[in-house]
Amino acid sequence: MRVLLVDDEEELVSALAERLLLRDIDAEWFTTGTDALQRVESGCFDLAVLDMKMPKISGLALREKLHAKCPAMKFIFLTGYGSEKDFASATAKVGTADYLVKPVDIEVLLGRMHELLNSERGVK
Amino acid sequence: MNQKAQISNDKGLRFFGKMTASVTHEIKNALATINENAGLLTDYIAMAARGRPLDTEQLNKLSMRIKDQVKRADTLLKTLNRLAHSVDDPIKTVNLSEILQLFALLSVRFAAPRGITVDIGGRPESINIQTSPLLLLNALFLCLEFSMEATGRSQCIELKPEKTDTGVRIYFSPLPGIDRLSNDSFLSSQIPDLLENLTADFIIDTEAKSVALDLSDPLRPS
Repeated sequence: MRVLLVDDEEELVSALAERLLLRDIDAEWFTTGTDALQRVESGCFDLAVLDMKMPKISGLALREKLHAKCPAMKFIFLTGYGSEKDFASATAKVGTADYLVKPVDIEVLLGRMHELLNSERGVK
Repeated sequence: MNQKAQISNDKGLRFFGKMTASVTHEIKNALATINENAGLLTDYIAMAARGRPLDTEQLNKLSMRIKDQVKRADTLLKTLNRLAHSVDDPIKTVNLSEILQLFALLSVRFAAPRGITVDIGGRPESINIQTSPLLLLNALFLCLEFSMEATGRSQCIELKPEKTDTGVRIYFSPLPGIDRLSNDSFLSSQIPDLLENLTADFIIDTEAKSVALDLSDPLRPS
């Protein structure tokens, strides 16, 4: 499994990538959408885990751009939204199945990754 | 309460909610970072139990990261606490230096994504003024939003307070792109009621490339 991680919180995304690598998942991390887009020029990933709220390119806008380059790539969104209302408005945009609220349990994230890759119900 | 005061209070409440949402979002990020780094520590310990030697340098790095994030979250909580206390009294004596420091902390999350820093200088001279702390923060934030549209190539907005005969004036500069902005729509849609309740005025100076919030102290004899 090849996973692209994008979050502007460097100490978060680098630690998450390391944890996935320790579980034999090939993970690469970036702190900006621009860098991630540049990276996919040289090859696609199976799945991308994107922070919803990032400067310059939001997670949702980045998904559109990544999907245009890599149509088969699946997506999971992470967010710091705290309230039920925030959660509802965000899930309306992306679908609850592909959306996790920070802090995320690694086992929950792994479960969601496998679910997405073993089925065809990812957000395209 | 008259209608204008009610509108102003509603805007103040919306501003309070916006700031609270922003700070709590940032706290979530700090907690999530702690969570991942603590999780990584747990992973290393589990691997050590299976025979892989522990790398003390790595452990030290993770421990430092966690400490830094706890410090970050603590600063954010203190900021939130100060914001919460800004509504203790509708009007009170405010130390401008302290309120500008709070404002700078609150504005980071809105300015930084646009590559803009908000500079309040060192410790400005001590100026006290009778005002509503929350409405003042709200007005400062609206001035900042206007200023961020006018920064042009400048990536730093400096806030400089100066005493006046009737109170204080807080300048936002340099704003090289101020000429191309229309202040009419900003003033008509955003802040007239707020300014009235604050006994304040919004001054645009295209020659000096600045905007200023002119604040009158209602208890100061004129």
